[in-house]
Order: sequence, then C-alpha cells, then structure tokens
Amino acid sequence: MNIPADLKYTKDHEWVKIEGDIAIIGITDFAQSELGDIVYVEVETLDETLDQEEVFGTVEAVKTVSDLFMPLSGEVTEFNETLEEEPELVNSDPYEKGWMIKIKFSEESQLDDLLTAEAYKELIGA
Amino acid sequence: MKQIQLHTTHEALGAKMVPFAGFQMPVQYEGVTIEHETVRKAVGVFDVSHMGEFLVSGPNALDLIQKISSNDASKLTIGKAQYSCMPNDKGGIVDDLLIYKIKEEQYLLVVNASNIEKDWNWIASHNTMEAEMKNISDNYSLLAIQGPKAVEAMQSLTSVDLSAIKYYNFEVADFAGIEHVIISATGYTGSGGFEIYCKNTEVEQVWSKVMEAGADFGIKPIGLAARDTLRLEMGFCLYGNDINDETSPLEAGLGWITKFTKDFVNSDALKTQKEEGVTRKLVGFEMNERAIPRHYYDIVDAEGNKIGIVTSGTMSPSLGKGIGLGYVPTELSKPGSEICIQVRKKAVPATVVKLPFYK
Repeated sequence: MNIPADLKYTKDHEWVKIEGDIAIIGITDFAQSELGDIVYVEVETLDETLDQEEVFGTVEAVKTVSDLFMPLSGEVTEFNETLEEEPELVNSDPYEKGWMIKIKFSEESQLDDLLTAEAYKELIGA
Repeated sequence: MKQIQLHTTHEALGAKMVPFAGFQMPVQYEGVTIEHETVRKAVGVFDVSHMGEFLVSGPNALDLIQKISSNDASKLTIGKAQYSCMPNDKGGIVDDLLIYKIKEEQYLLVVNASNIEKDWNWIASHNTMEAEMKNISDNYSLLAIQGPKAVEAMQSLTSVDLSAIKYYNFEVADFAGIEHVIISATGYTGSGGFEIYCKNTEVEQVWSKVMEAGADFGIKPIGLAARDTLRLEMGFCLYGNDINDETSPLEAGLGWITKFTKDFVNSDALKTQKEEGVTRKLVGFEMNERAIPRHYYDIVDAEGNKIGIVTSGTMSPSLGKGIGLGYVPTELSKPGSEICIQVRKKAVPATVVKLPFYK
C-alpha cells in the first residue's frame, strides 16, 4: 500500500498536500483499492466555501458510491477536470494525476487534525 | 464464517475476500471492469461454491418439488435443468433456484447461499409425502466457466462434446480427470458457458486444470462483483435485491416460470393475482444522464413523488451507462416510460427499457 510520507491524511481516507494556503486533496491508495473501478467523480461545490467535514463531492465506483469530505474548512478553488473524462486516474495514480480538488483553507489550526503518514498507516492496519 | 475449499487459492491469486452469505468469497481479483469484459469477450471462471445443493430423491420426490416450486418440474427429463422459484404462502418468494433431474426419482436443487437454512426448513415443512432430502451443500463445490470461448477452452478436459450440450441441459461425465462431474450449460452471465459441480475434494484439481486449459484463451478468475454486473446487464433477478419474501413472482416478471397447470404453495392466490393484474412490476431502466442508480434509491415522478424503488443498479461496463432494476406502478412499466431516479439530491431522468440491457 502506497502511503507517501510527505502527505497528510484523514480518517475518511483522503490525502492532503499543503502548498502555502492551498490544500490539494485526493483519496488514498487504500481508498481507491477498496472502492474498485471508479467511474465518476462528481464535484458540484466549485467556488463554494465549506466547513471541515462537509461533503464536497462524491466518488462512484462500479459497485459503490462514497461521499468526499472536506479535510479542512475553506473555499473549493479548483476541480481536476481531467477526471471528468478519465476517472480511472484515481485508481491508477491516486496521489498525482488523480488529485480531486484544491481548496483555499481558512483555519490553519485545523491542520493539527490531519494524520501523519505513520498514523494513517496504523489506522488502516497497513 | 465459512471458508470455501479454494480460499487460499483465491488469496494467492490476489482476490479481495469479503463476507457474503456466511462465507468468505472472492469479490474481485484484477478489477471489476476487466473481469466483466473477460467474460463478455473470452472466458472467465467463478468460484460460487457458497451456493447450496439439496438432493431430493425417492418415489415422492417429484410430488414434493411440484408442491414447493412454481415451474412445472414434471416437464423435466433426465439431463435437463429448470429455473424455478419457491413461492411462500404470503404472496412472496422464499428463494429462486435451479432444479436438475439427475435420474429417475432424483433431483438436485441449487439454492442461494444466503437462504440455505431457510429453504431447507421450508421444503422440509412441506415434505408430508416423505421424499428423501439430503443437504450436500457443505460437500460440493461449484465453478462457473462463462464466456463465448468457454466451450472451446474446456473441450480438452472432457470426452463429452461440450458444443452439443444445449442451454439448460447437463451431462454427468468426466471432467478434468474426475469422473461423475455435473457439466451444466447454465450460468448467470448471459455469455454462455458451463457450471461444474464437483466434490470439495475434487475442486482443487478441477480449478487448476480449468486454469491450465483456459490459459491460451485468456481465462481469468472472476469475482462476485463482476458476477453482479454481468447478471444485471441481462436483467437476471438477484434474490435479496429484486425478489424477496414480499415480491410476487408475477410482479417480478417471473410469470414464465409460474405454471398454473399444477397446484403449488399459494398457487390459488397467485392465480387470482394473475387474473386481476399486478399493481407494480419489476422493470429495467437506463439513466438518461450520467448517474448510477443503486439498491434502495427512490424512483420518483417528474414532481418528485415517490412511485417505486430501485432494487439493483450499477454502471454497466458493456453499455457505459447507469442501469438498474426496480419496481414501478404497472402503468409506467412499458418500455419507453419516463421515470426519475432520486440520486442523492437530484431526480435524474431515466427510461424504462426492454430486458436484457445487453444483447
């Protein structure tokens, strides 16, 4: 199971990459393998400001559907539109080409809520 | 939780094992889409050993089967199988099943794994004629070899001419070096092929020979996830989703296996229902927009009023769109009828279509 050490994680199996006041968000290798073949990534919250834990979108696999949660409060500034045509990138490259949204996060203190790679590894028993 | 005989074989092949009907079952190996395509275009093998098998024998075997099943088992000759269901006495269905006529006065009933105990008790409770019943579920394994290349790929494993076994016929013959294996031209995928019933002690050899013989034809192991997308593209009912203790066989479109030429459990009430007409029907529908219907989503009208329920749904790998089965009022059951599926906050338009989805 690939769990890059330089990313932060949530218990909802999302990864977060911090770049200044922007956070890039996707789902983890573990999440994509649990979901199986992903067929849609739906994000209809572009430009909206959402609270931490609010649903920013959904990911549909052949077998199941799962909500996507905001790891941090903030404004959704970008959606990875490549996923409209190639949702399978989430399966094949969850940490790079399969990223989902970028947000401008508003509360720096929430960064403490995120898990380290070590802690996430423990969470999924990897 | 029970383990099927080939549990470690599947794990070694990279299967994700999940609990299903009391067993640890392989749900997926490489990925549901590729597995689905393998069965549609080449050949795949499923281990469905969780399924239940009952032997019903003796001079009163047929009487018992006629009593509990809706189809007419008297039409079966040796070497033929029949799809049937067991109605309950409240208008619903105990289970759907296959009935094989093995020899005179002996039948094999193949039932859903989740219902083994319920079915056994139900059949036993109607066995006033004292037919001999034997539950052999724990001793038998079942492999489904499915796909357009199944016949060609498996021919080297048996002396029987596989291409000569017609749909819903079977042979008890040699297969993969084992004698007395049931080779049945049945399946749950719509892509042709066989189902192989053998003893647990034989299944390891059968599996490895099947994989060996199929190698040149691109055979792959297929999990339950693809089994579900394959059956749904054909519009085949799944017990627990599309049919259950409360759905009538007539509502579910199983009128073709509900024969009023004989008496069976609840046949009078079902006959009345047939004469009066059902108020809801199980239909297939396709999404008009990008969305995937799921079990238990509401079916709504244009005003958003709930008019039915989705019983199965998926993204069809072959058609590339969302498809589903669900119950709608009879007046909306004709192909072409416009309905909506409540997908989270949106009512997404869908069209009732003729089954199967995939031809």
